[in-house]
Amino acid sequence: MSFTRFLAVARKEVVHIFRDSRGLIIVLIMPVVLVLLFGYGVNLDFKGLPVYVYDRDGSQQSQDLLKRFQASEYFDVVRVVNDYPALTRSLDDGHAKMGIVIPWDFSQRLGDRRPVQIQALVDGTDDNTANVLIGYAQAVVQGYSSDVQLEWLRNRGQLLRPALLSVETRTWYNEDLESSAFIVPGVLALVMSVIGAFLTSLTIAREWERGTMEQLISTPVTPLEIMLGKLAPYFAIGMFDVIVCALIAIYWFQVPFRGSFPTLLFTSAMFLVVVLSLGFYVSVIAKSQLTASQISLIITFLPAFLLSGFLFPIEQMPVVLQWITPLVPARYYVSILKKIFLKGTPTALLYPDLVPLALFALVVALLATASFHKRLG
Amino acid sequence: MQEKPQSAIIVEGLTKSFANVRAVDRLSFEVHTGEIFGLVGPDGAGKTTTLRMLAGIMPADEGTARVADVDVVHDPENAKRQLSYMPQRFGLYEDLTVNENIRFYADLFGVSRTEREDRSALLLQAAGMREFRLRLAGKLSGGMKQKLSLVCALIHRPKIILLDEPTTGVDPISRRDFWRILYELVSQGVTILASTAYLDEAERCHRVALLHQGRLFFCDTPKNLKARLGKSVLSITSSEPRRLRAELENVVGISSLVLTGDGLHVVVENGVSRIPEFEARLKGASIPFDTIQQVTPTIEDLFVHAVGSGAPSHA
Repeated sequence: MSFTRFLAVARKEVVHIFRDSRGLIIVLIMPVVLVLLFGYGVNLDFKGLPVYVYDRDGSQQSQDLLKRFQASEYFDVVRVVNDYPALTRSLDDGHAKMGIVIPWDFSQRLGDRRPVQIQALVDGTDDNTANVLIGYAQAVVQGYSSDVQLEWLRNRGQLLRPALLSVETRTWYNEDLESSAFIVPGVLALVMSVIGAFLTSLTIAREWERGTMEQLISTPVTPLEIMLGKLAPYFAIGMFDVIVCALIAIYWFQVPFRGSFPTLLFTSAMFLVVVLSLGFYVSVIAKSQLTASQISLIITFLPAFLLSGFLFPIEQMPVVLQWITPLVPARYYVSILKKIFLKGTPTALLYPDLVPLALFALVVALLATASFHKRLG
Repeated sequence: MQEKPQSAIIVEGLTKSFANVRAVDRLSFEVHTGEIFGLVGPDGAGKTTTLRMLAGIMPADEGTARVADVDVVHDPENAKRQLSYMPQRFGLYEDLTVNENIRFYADLFGVSRTEREDRSALLLQAAGMREFRLRLAGKLSGGMKQKLSLVCALIHRPKIILLDEPTTGVDPISRRDFWRILYELVSQGVTILASTAYLDEAERCHRVALLHQGRLFFCDTPKNLKARLGKSVLSITSSEPRRLRAELENVVGISSLVLTGDGLHVVVENGVSRIPEFEARLKGASIPFDTIQQVTPTIEDLFVHAVGSGAPSHA
C-alpha cells in the first residue's frame, strides 16, 4: 500500500467528480432535494381533511355535533350542502374526503332517547386515509354521544359521574406526531444509498467502458489502492452530505435531535462503508455503467426506500417481506437514525442495530476488496 | 552490479485461447536489449493478445515470457515496474488535462516531483506539446493523444516499452515526432516492442516478427523480409478487380494476387518489365483498368505471399 498511489487515485477521482456536472448535481443538490421532497412532500399527517355536510335536521343539536367536527384539527368542514347529489358530487370530484349526513329526525330521536345514526360517506381510494378518517369520525361522534348522555343524567339530577374508564395518552419521542420527524431522519439512508452505491457503481465500470482500465492495470498500482483511492472521495462527500441533511432536518424541519452527533457521524460512516463497498463490487462485476447503476439502485436504493422502515413500518409489512428485511443494511441504519434523532438512545443501547451494520460493513468491504483483479478478460 | 540481460524479452511457447480460438499459438521470439522490435500482422493475428500477456495484464494459458528478467507469467506485478504498456485504444483520462494525466502516471510509478517536472518538460518538448499542458486530453487531436500516451508511458524511465499499434490514426507530423522519440529512447538503451499493421512502419524497426493467426511466420530484419519476398508488386486499379483476378490467375510468374479496395496487387518477378504484357492482355480481354504501376509491398502482399507459399517457420 503506497500512500502516494492511493492519493493519486483519490485526486484523479475528485477531478472526475467535479468536472462532471451530473456528478456535481448528484453530490451537492440531490441530497438537499431529497430531504426537502420527503420533508414537505410526504405527509402522513391527517389534518384539515375536507368534509362536506348535509344537515337534514338543521337543529341546535345537529349544529353542536358539526361544530365538534369543525373543532377537531383533523376535519375541515368545507361546505354545507342541501341535497344528496351535491354531496355525492363532492366525493366524486375529490373536493371532499368525507361526507356527513345528519338525518332529519336527529334532534327528535335524541330527545326521545332513541338510537340515531349519522351517515359518513368516505372516499376509500386511499384506504389508509379512509381508515384514519373513520376512526376520527367515530371518536368525534362517540364523544358527542357520551356528552349527551351525561347531560341527560345531570338534567335528571343524577350525580355527575364521567365515564369510569378512560385512556390518557401521551406520545413519546415524536410528541406532536409530525410525520416530518418520522420521515426526514430516514432520508439520510436514501441519500447515502444514492451517493454511496449509485455513484461508486459508475467508477470502475467507467474505466472499463472508456478503455482507461487497460492502461491503469499495467502500472504497479495495487487493487487495494485503486479501491480505497476511488472510494475515499465518495466517503468524504457522503459524510458531508450527512451533515448537510442532518442540519436541514434539525434547523429547517425542526426534527428533534436528542442523540449524540458523534454517534450519528460514526454510524453514518459505517453505513457508508456498506454502500460504497456494494457500489464498488457491483461496478467491478458489471463492467458497464448502465448495468452497474441499475443493479446498484435495485440492491441499495429500493430496499432503503421500501424495506428499511423508512416510510413503511417493518412490523406492518407482509411476513415474507419482514423476513427479508434483516438482509437490508439500510434497515439498521434507519432504525439507528430514528433512535438518535427522536429517542436520544445512548450509543450503548444501539447495539442491536450497530452489530449487524458493522457485520455488513465488514463482509461487503471484504467482498469488494477480493472482487477486483488487475486482469483483463 | 548486475549484468544487463542480453535479451530484454524472451518469449517461449506462449499460448492463449479464447473460446476455442487460439489467439496466440506457441509463440516464441526474443527481443534484444536496445532494439525496436515490430510485431507485424493483420487484425486478428494475435498482436494485441501477445502484448497484453507481456504487459502482465492477461494471463497466458501456456508458455513462458521473461520481461526485463522477470517472469511475467508468474510475477506480473514485478514486471510492471520495469515496463510501460501503451494500449491500442487511448487509455488516458479525457477529462484530465495533459499535466494531470502525466502527474497521475508519475505518481503511480513513484516518480518524484522534481524528476516528473524535469522529465515531462523534456518529453513534452520532444513531442511538440508544450503549449498544450493545460488542455484536457479529450480535446487533443488523435496524434496528440498518442504522443501524450507515450509521454505518460515514459515518465518513469521504463526499460522496456510495449506499444500496441501506437500510430494508428495518427497524422504524419505526429507520427514523425513519435518515431523520433522512439529512436532517441533506443539510443539510451531502452527496448521497444511495437505492433503495427503498416509495413512502412515495420521498416523502421530493427527486426520484425510476422504474425498470422497467432503464429509466427518470419522473424527477421525488414530488409531480409523484403528479400524473402524477392519480388515486386504491381498495383492495377480497376473497377472490376474480380474479373481482373480471374484473368491473371494462371499467368506464369505471378505468385500471388491480392484484392485491394480499388483494384488488385500482383506479386510478380521483375514487375516493371512485365507491365506492357499485362496491359496488352487486359485490353485483349476487354477488362477495364486505369493504371498499372509498381508499388512498395504492403504487409498484406507479404502475408498473402507467405501464407500461399510456405509453412510458418518456427525460427
